Amino acid sequence: MQDNAAVDTSSRFSTKYIADNEKFLGWAFLLPAVLYILLLVGVPFVLAIAFSLADVTVGDTTLNFVGLQNFARIMQTPEFWQSLRNTFGFAITAQIITIILANILAVLLSSDFRGKWFALVLIMLPWSTPIALGAIGWLWLLDSKFSPIDWVLRYFSLLGGEGALLGVPKNLYYLGKAQLAQASIIMVYVWRMLPLSAVILLAGLTSIPQDLLDQAEVDGSSFWRTLFQIKLPLILPIMIIAILFSFIYTVGDMAIVFILTRGGPVYYTHVLPTWAYIKGIEGGALAEGAAIALFIFPVLLAAAILILRYSRRTEVT
Amino acid sequence: MFRLKQGIRRFFFVVALAFFCFFSAAPFVWMTITVFKQDKDLYRSGNNPFIFNEPPTLDHLRLLFNETNYTIFLRNSLFIGVLVVIITLVFALPAAYSLARLTGRWGERAGIGIFLVYLVPPTLLFIPLSRIVVSLGLNNTLWALVLIYPTISIPFSTWLLMGFFKSIPKDLEEAAMMDGYSRFGAIMRVVLPLSLSGVIAVIVFTFTLTLHEFIYALAFVSSSAQRTISVGVPTELIRGDVFFWQSLMAAAAIVAIPVGIIYVFFLDRLVAGFTMGAVKG
Repeated sequence: MQDNAAVDTSSRFSTKYIADNEKFLGWAFLLPAVLYILLLVGVPFVLAIAFSLADVTVGDTTLNFVGLQNFARIMQTPEFWQSLRNTFGFAITAQIITIILANILAVLLSSDFRGKWFALVLIMLPWSTPIALGAIGWLWLLDSKFSPIDWVLRYFSLLGGEGALLGVPKNLYYLGKAQLAQASIIMVYVWRMLPLSAVILLAGLTSIPQDLLDQAEVDGSSFWRTLFQIKLPLILPIMIIAILFSFIYTVGDMAIVFILTRGGPVYYTHVLPTWAYIKGIEGGALAEGAAIALFIFPVLLAAAILILRYSRRTEVT
Repeated sequence: MFRLKQGIRRFFFVVALAFFCFFSAAPFVWMTITVFKQDKDLYRSGNNPFIFNEPPTLDHLRLLFNETNYTIFLRNSLFIGVLVVIITLVFALPAAYSLARLTGRWGERAGIGIFLVYLVPPTLLFIPLSRIVVSLGLNNTLWALVLIYPTISIPFSTWLLMGFFKSIPKDLEEAAMMDGYSRFGAIMRVVLPLSLSGVIAVIVFTFTLTLHEFIYALAFVSSSAQRTISVGVPTELIRGDVFFWQSLMAAAAIVAIPVGIIYVFFLDRLVAGFTMGAVKG
């Protein structure tokens, strides 16, 4: 009896000791990473806000607060409004197209077939390639003079020549005309985000319990009915996560526009990141650049909160 | 009747899949064809662009490696990548272990915080960071990128590794500690070997991340000899209005295609990182 009690206290004592130790160890392990992030993400973020409210330039980096003057000034330029419209217009349009295509692609990839590995390599290329290099590929594919797409169109007499459907000139100038350039950029965004969305949806599809699908088959549910009434509702939370991630990437990206058009023709394809870069880094107006970039923040915050909420929900189910 | 229906479905399946493969791979196919074309073949708009109207040539590859800074960009990217991977592991491994095992409610909050950081795009921070880099005396050197890239890779890696560590049964570690290992010893001998595939995934993603990154590399580094692949190729290999398309395409394809192949091996881990383990594969 006495022996037992002795064992009990000693084990209680040792767990307590480990618990104290664990707490210390836990913080000691976590702290370096947290500090790194605080210093190099937290501080710059505060600085971004400070810059946007001050009159800093590359030449004079002392912070003199000027209130909302920077915001007032950038809002007077048509470039800013065009960038704002484009940022969200491009992102939303690209997301709608991406999620439709990604659903189709995920359904295709959920079946087994020969050479699936190779198909995956090809399909993932837009996401796995450095985007700057992918964008260069598109720049050449959409070249104003030597675009092979134009050549194919000419070959089928759809372009160049009297009565051709797409016009008499020999080229379409994909990146040279405002609307066509905007459409081209949206297409490259879709191209870039499609693989990520598709594999996230694929993971959702494959996580649906097999007995549920078997039951549906026994009940005589058709392919389409199973897809629309069982599979899609079940993967809806994951689909929303895929959309939000893709949205965040699209809103934050500057490489695609920067390489394809540099915002041109005129300023019709500028997005907030490219406009902030041109103003803030190339033009040296740090304050205005920071203010421009900050406009994407509220939307990102909203997207992040939604992601957290939906990922919680998927964990519960 | 059944046969026919299956045949039709199969036909549509193949057509749809071919469409997606084509859409994704088109720029790379076009790159690869372009690399080997002679100027007089490439720059004649009447020529069929998909075939070689003149014999293929390796001249542009030679130009790329001998007369441009391409090999320097490659070396810079490799150097930055390796250093960032090391820094990331040093910070992310303990942090992820701590979040998975040790800290309680506050740990959970810190975990969410780290996750939120990984949603912050470089676009938001590059202007103030460019000043920080200048004040640290790192402007125009690749050390600026070595310092800043872990701010993107540590959150993602911590998040990914945390999921991995959580999936290892606690009993295994406790058994090792019973056997006389310290906690640190248990981590080294039990936890790390079991999560090796996660560590490899983190290495691959961190490295590709440093290859991909564009904004910071463009904003912080302006001297040619310090540039990375992502920024060096589009800014340096285009001289004014003169595009050396074949060499440019070679520069892109040489990096893109191998990375693309390696990447596919780690798809599951990638997905886990984005869905936060909500989906169990």
